Amino acid sequence: MTALEQVQKLKTRFGDLISEPAEFRGEITLEIADAENIDEVCRHAKNDLGFDYLVDISSVDDYGEDPRWTLVYHLRGLTHGAELRLKTRVGEEKSELPTVTTVWGTANWHEREIYDMMGIRFRGHPDLRRILMWEGYPYFPLRKDFPLAGKPTDLPGVAFTKPAPLEGGPFVTAPGGKDAIEREPRVRTPED
Amino acid sequence: MAMVQDIEIRDSAARAAQAAEELPDIQDERMVLNMGPSHPATHGVLRIVLELDGEIITKADPDIGYLHRGDEKIAENMTYTQFIPYTDRLDYLAPLANNVAYALAVEKLLGIEKDLPPRCQHIRVMCAELARISAHLLGLGAFAMDLGAVTVFLLTFTEREKIYNLAEAISGARFTTSYTRIGGVMRDLPPGWLALCQKFCDEFIPALNEVETLLTRNRIWVDRVRGLAVISKADAIDYGLSGPNLRGSGIEWDLRKNQPYLCYPDLEFDIPTGSVGDCYDRYLVRMEEMRQSVRILQQCIQKIPGGADNQTNEPVNVPDGKVVLPPKQNVMTKMEELIHQFILVTQGMNCPPGEIYFGHENPKGELGFYINSRGGGTPYRMKIRAPSFVNLSIIPKIFPGCLISDTVAILGSLDFVMGECDR
Repeated sequence: MTALEQVQKLKTRFGDLISEPAEFRGEITLEIADAENIDEVCRHAKNDLGFDYLVDISSVDDYGEDPRWTLVYHLRGLTHGAELRLKTRVGEEKSELPTVTTVWGTANWHEREIYDMMGIRFRGHPDLRRILMWEGYPYFPLRKDFPLAGKPTDLPGVAFTKPAPLEGGPFVTAPGGKDAIEREPRVRTPED
Repeated sequence: MAMVQDIEIRDSAARAAQAAEELPDIQDERMVLNMGPSHPATHGVLRIVLELDGEIITKADPDIGYLHRGDEKIAENMTYTQFIPYTDRLDYLAPLANNVAYALAVEKLLGIEKDLPPRCQHIRVMCAELARISAHLLGLGAFAMDLGAVTVFLLTFTEREKIYNLAEAISGARFTTSYTRIGGVMRDLPPGWLALCQKFCDEFIPALNEVETLLTRNRIWVDRVRGLAVISKADAIDYGLSGPNLRGSGIEWDLRKNQPYLCYPDLEFDIPTGSVGDCYDRYLVRMEEMRQSVRILQQCIQKIPGGADNQTNEPVNVPDGKVVLPPKQNVMTKMEELIHQFILVTQGMNCPPGEIYFGHENPKGELGFYINSRGGGTPYRMKIRAPSFVNLSIIPKIFPGCLISDTVAILGSLDFVMGECDR
């Protein structure tokens, strides 16, 4: 059974909630209109369509758009070998959607990472703490409005408290020039 | 004159029983033990907060992130080619395999993965398999050393040294190879490299046999690892394990077979799987994978188009000036190549908008890259699906009930790398 047939089954079950499948480079992507139903769609895909393996969950910050967050779920069926990508969008004010830890155990750490890096919360997650950054870190570093050079934090002795990990390298320009943030040519500021 | 005093030592069970009588308050009391982040058996900077009831672990909470460098953030701010050296530093025990995985992901986005010349595909397969042997050797050596078998460590590191020499010969670097380019490899194999690789294969199998005689039927080794930390099939799938850890639990899933890429469909090799899912099975799977990798290497040496010296001038890059840097003499003499060189270096290749996921069978498991492109030379978002990150997430599930001395064996059998886990 190909992934497209699986998608048709999913569509008959959920109707308009699921978009028409988009295909790019042989991969099938479905958009789920309402993020509140993501756990239900995932459970159905796992139990009835055999997508038993959650490969990964990613998040994208569509900065300047509304809704701002896109959540990307990569599903795979180990028995039939088909893969499926589910996408759903969440607005910035809400920044919350149901967890899929009830469907796959591996979602636990993936969701913790997304919370840590993007600040999106997962309702019903058993242990939603930061995972890569330390507890109490005030920012969400993978957001597009977080500068590449970092920001100073109020926790001296825990990690960098200076803003510029790029400072002091072999390519430092003359003293008295621009600071490390302005000197960094690839830095993305919120305005652009 | 020195005083001599007799000390009475009773057996440990009697002592424990007496201690329980003398100290009734400590019954059922839990102790929290902090393991790592700087601990020889955590192979990097993994910290685990263990809750103990006597010597039995009742709860384990891994604390990761000590090696977080923000690779995904960095990737958003540079061209696809510029990110290649960063992939060396993901799984720093198998940089050649990471290079291959990343290049294949970007090529999938560009839609040119089918156009790769056969010689390039064979070179990349050999790189990936050498990296697999190297990573498994280190994992095995460290695993055995943590359980007291230091000889194994010395043997495996002798063999790893030869792989480093091979990596140095092709890329100029022993460790941070950055050997692949988008659309090909940095340069063709140097003269005589295939003979060196063949020599390595010939010497490696006897060395591996010696390691087997030291471990596989060794009573101490088997007693320490057999039946320990059994991961059932259902748990392995539920927790998204990949690589030898998934196959150790008896699930026959290998991306080289199930979603073939490069020239793997033309090569013969077997996928070993475990039957129980304990630490011993994971060890056996890795041992057999190394033998299969040697098999793949030998087939590649036989089959590689152009042979050792590439007398027939087989290309190693896709013939597309908009992806691969043109030869330097053409840049100096031809207008079009000069423009290509200039655009590629300053802006990067023009990738189409869209999103792809590519999973590569790395030594530790499935290394995946999810690239979300909005066109142009930089990714809008790049998520790295690190196998070590996912494999470690099963620790809270399998640690409780084990003895504290088992932790080193379980961690060794999971075989993770923190550089990749923390990114």
